[in-house]
Amino acid sequence: MDKVNDLYNMTPPGIDWMIIMPVLVACVTGLVAFLWMSLQKERDTTPMVLTTLVGMAVSAYTAFAQINFSNASTFANMAMRDSMSSILQFSLAVICFIVVLFSDAYLKQKQIAFREFYPLTVWATAGAMIMVSTQNLLMMFIGLEVLSISLYVMAGMSRYEQKSEESAMKYFLLGAFASAFFLYGIAFIYGATGSTNLDQIAVAYATGNREMLGLLVFGTILMLIGLSFKAAFVPFHQWTPDVYQGAPTNVTAFMAAASKVAAIGALFRVLIAAAPLQSYWMPAMFWIAILTMTIPNLLALVQKDVKRVLGFSSIANAGYVLVAILAAVKSGSNNYATVCIYLVGYSLMTLGSFAVISLTAKQGKEGTSFEDLNGLWKRSPLAAGTLVIFLASLIGIPPTGGFFGKLLIFQDAVGAHLTPLAIVLAVNSVISVYYYLRIALAAMVVDDEGEKTVSAPMTPGLQSACIICATGVIAMLFLISPLQSVLHR
Amino acid sequence: MIESTGFGLLSLTIFAPFIGALILMFMPEKDVKNIRYAALAFSVVSFVLSLLVLSRFQAGTYHFQMIELVKWIPSLGLNYKVGVDGVSIWLIVLTTFLMVISTIFSFYVDKRVKQYMIFMLMLETAMLGVFLSLDMILFYTFFEASLVPMYFLINIWGGARRQYAAAKFFIYTFAGSIFMLIGIITMHQIYARATGGAGTFDFIAIQSQVASGQFWAKAMQAQPLIFWSFAIAFMVKCPMFPFHTWLPDAHVEAPTAGSVILAGVLLKMGTYGFLRFCLPLFPDAVKTQLIWIMGLAVFGIIYGAIVAAVQPDVKKLVAYSSVAHMGFVIIGIFSLTHEGMMGGAMQQLNHGISTGALFLMIGLLYERRHTRMFKDFGGLKAQMPIYSMLFLIVMLSSVGLPSLNGFVGEFLAMFGLYQASAAGMFGLNIGFPVVAGFGVVLAAVYLLVMFQKVFYGKNENPDNQRLKDIKPWEIAICGVLVLFIFWGGFFPNTFLKPMERSLGAVRQMVLNDEGSRPSYADITMDVNADGALVKVAPREFNGKLQDFQEVSIISPANFYFPAKKPASVQAKLENPHPSSLRSQTLSLGEREIGAAR
Repeated sequence: MDKVNDLYNMTPPGIDWMIIMPVLVACVTGLVAFLWMSLQKERDTTPMVLTTLVGMAVSAYTAFAQINFSNASTFANMAMRDSMSSILQFSLAVICFIVVLFSDAYLKQKQIAFREFYPLTVWATAGAMIMVSTQNLLMMFIGLEVLSISLYVMAGMSRYEQKSEESAMKYFLLGAFASAFFLYGIAFIYGATGSTNLDQIAVAYATGNREMLGLLVFGTILMLIGLSFKAAFVPFHQWTPDVYQGAPTNVTAFMAAASKVAAIGALFRVLIAAAPLQSYWMPAMFWIAILTMTIPNLLALVQKDVKRVLGFSSIANAGYVLVAILAAVKSGSNNYATVCIYLVGYSLMTLGSFAVISLTAKQGKEGTSFEDLNGLWKRSPLAAGTLVIFLASLIGIPPTGGFFGKLLIFQDAVGAHLTPLAIVLAVNSVISVYYYLRIALAAMVVDDEGEKTVSAPMTPGLQSACIICATGVIAMLFLISPLQSVLHR
Repeated sequence: MIESTGFGLLSLTIFAPFIGALILMFMPEKDVKNIRYAALAFSVVSFVLSLLVLSRFQAGTYHFQMIELVKWIPSLGLNYKVGVDGVSIWLIVLTTFLMVISTIFSFYVDKRVKQYMIFMLMLETAMLGVFLSLDMILFYTFFEASLVPMYFLINIWGGARRQYAAAKFFIYTFAGSIFMLIGIITMHQIYARATGGAGTFDFIAIQSQVASGQFWAKAMQAQPLIFWSFAIAFMVKCPMFPFHTWLPDAHVEAPTAGSVILAGVLLKMGTYGFLRFCLPLFPDAVKTQLIWIMGLAVFGIIYGAIVAAVQPDVKKLVAYSSVAHMGFVIIGIFSLTHEGMMGGAMQQLNHGISTGALFLMIGLLYERRHTRMFKDFGGLKAQMPIYSMLFLIVMLSSVGLPSLNGFVGEFLAMFGLYQASAAGMFGLNIGFPVVAGFGVVLAAVYLLVMFQKVFYGKNENPDNQRLKDIKPWEIAICGVLVLFIFWGGFFPNTFLKPMERSLGAVRQMVLNDEGSRPSYADITMDVNADGALVKVAPREFNGKLQDFQEVSIISPANFYFPAKKPASVQAKLENPHPSSLRSQTLSLGEREIGAAR
């Protein structure tokens, strides 16, 4: 009864609107774009594109402005701000911005008349932003659902294409399962600790009585399974290649970047809170990390479709980040820097590669096999040149962002006595060289035989998307130091 | 503590080609002629800059010179730090020189010229960066960055099996070096543990901890592992048996200029890595693991020679001869004798020039006949007299004929190996130099047979009968290379002298015990003209190191045959100065001097 009384007597706390400003701006942008679409009769999408671009730029700015602010929370601890949430919210807004930049041309070429895409993307981004900026499991779940439901619709938006429908269906069914797991896990944790807030749960983990241990462990396992589905860790990854291949390329780009950032950000927070129980979950996550790095890299070697290869590559990259997370939790430093920096670099290089791949769409058709990239260097040197940068970064060739991300992961892993993971990561980097080189080869190195392949011309939107991503990947050279000083609290 | 010096001459030398590449990107693709001349201009500029570096280089010290330092990622202890010493100075000049030569030769390329030149210039930046970096991550950065342009050079402008060859080249080198990255990071952690402070990737700082013995004190069992993580990266690059299989493929498929650069410079990254990192940083591991490296090198010499002898393709023959010749560099370096190391370092340059020249001349022939098979040639001597004369000189230099440069390097390296083996150091025995000696003979066999097949005999092929001698500008390029071949043969001291002190220091870094090892950070030590490590009077360091005044000898020069004491040592012994280091010195030589007194 005391608890109830406390609730009644509580004075409503002041609300710090700044903390939820990025999310708020994103939601409002989505609404405005949606209204515009309903009011506007003709098929011109330019106003919507501009609205979403401006909205996401503002949202990104509001997140960026808070990077140096102190940690705080509002709405009764439902939303919070720390350096990780600001950086990840910023990068999510940028991801949405870039996806919108190159989507317009792609949707026109692919002849997908689905203007709802713009509000949906923005809302999905809002959901992702909620996921990374809360310590409350229920808020995390709400964010997850906002993100996922938007993505289910977006994955199926190419309605006349069978594989798009298949992709949406698969994603929906498995995603719903994952959400259920996650929710079920939250229920167990709540039953054991009486709270859905990770800070309080962490205290309960550390000090809780032994009788609740079973519930706690079981709840944690269910939550981790749910999040592993979303982040596509092996063995919960089977949906990824099919969904990535089937969904329209711009949606795939968004999924590979934003939903991965959100899921991994949330997973990181959950694992930090669950650190006291690491003797239970660490061995499992250790092997999941090894499998997540190795299996997709091996499978990617034999693929014939570039989108599928990049899908596998995104799984492998999630494995690399998992190594960083495990190292941070195991060493007790809970250091956000490595994970965030890798995620920022990863999203830029993945987005950039998908942006270039989206060039292969033409007149309602889209071929994404290796041959369809042939001769790209001749048709659009910019796209081919930046693609090489993205692939070099994915391989981990210095001086690109991908290299520095891997360097930091190696360093954390060696420092946390997880050298076996570092070695597996190194071996996998070598394996991955082969299929990344195949993509680069397809784009750069085919002589005359491939040049008849036609593709859409580059629009300014796509050009700027490529340039932004490439600049970002190279600029990580100078950004690591400031980012680290922000993220080392 | 660490002060930024800003960018200077060395950075300009490294990045001049890169700036050129950026400028080339904005030139219209159709303007082939101007693109060629612009690329040539930038490679000449960086050649001139490297000569400027050479002219400012002080041969009288082993320390790094012209150090430039700019902060990069302070939280990681990662800086942009470059500097030059005797080990790297000639490799810089060799790189820029061969780049000029191969850029001129690349005028033959008429497919996608713009991209080609951009990749060549980027490659040059990466190679210069490798030789000048003093930060291990910076080194790794350039080491890896050199893969991408070379990959595309082979893959776009290469021969029939270029895709296979390029992928093999990339994957082998990447696989070799990624573990070096883990080794580097582990050293970063060990450094932090040893000093109780922050870690660093600064080569000089780490080496000075190694020299004082603190670095490995708590991590001795990790030393061989980290040594091998470095050594395998460099063995792949060298390449040494059994990691050499990428090389023949890459060489055969690469365009001519690519082969010249590959043989001339890229392979030197491996031997340079041994000299720069493996020897100074892992003194204890080197002594125990040396026998394996030596064994592989000697085996590689024989193996490379035998396989070269049965090749039907001229270029493939030269490629395998590279495996054999790089073996001589390795045996020289790892003999850890003064003569051997000088020979190994000299052989690096010789191999760069003579094998580079061989590839270039084969390229000249290939441009005319589009074949490199022995069966298509014969009797070219009458047809192309100037060409065949130049080819003969280059080929003999590769064989190691006295009075040509190849002889100096090979002889010194073999002599060093003999000395070390005769002294029974590190488990070596006399079998090593004997077997390696056969390699010299075999080199003569396959190279002379090659010359015979191509230039003597009857000129029966009608395609060959139409051949004209090479053009004047081609004679000029080859002539310059031949000039250096003679120069190296008659005046090897031009090349040896600047390297002498640094190599001497590297040798003592391995052989001496903790405390009496030379340290790159400590400018109160230096190596004198006899090769002895001496303590010197305080001196200024402001961009240039002042000449030093000897105070006392820390350890004398020659470890294997300390029969003759140089006069300066004797003088110091009669009038010893109070020296803090002297009392703790435990080196072999010191003890003998003590006994002599």
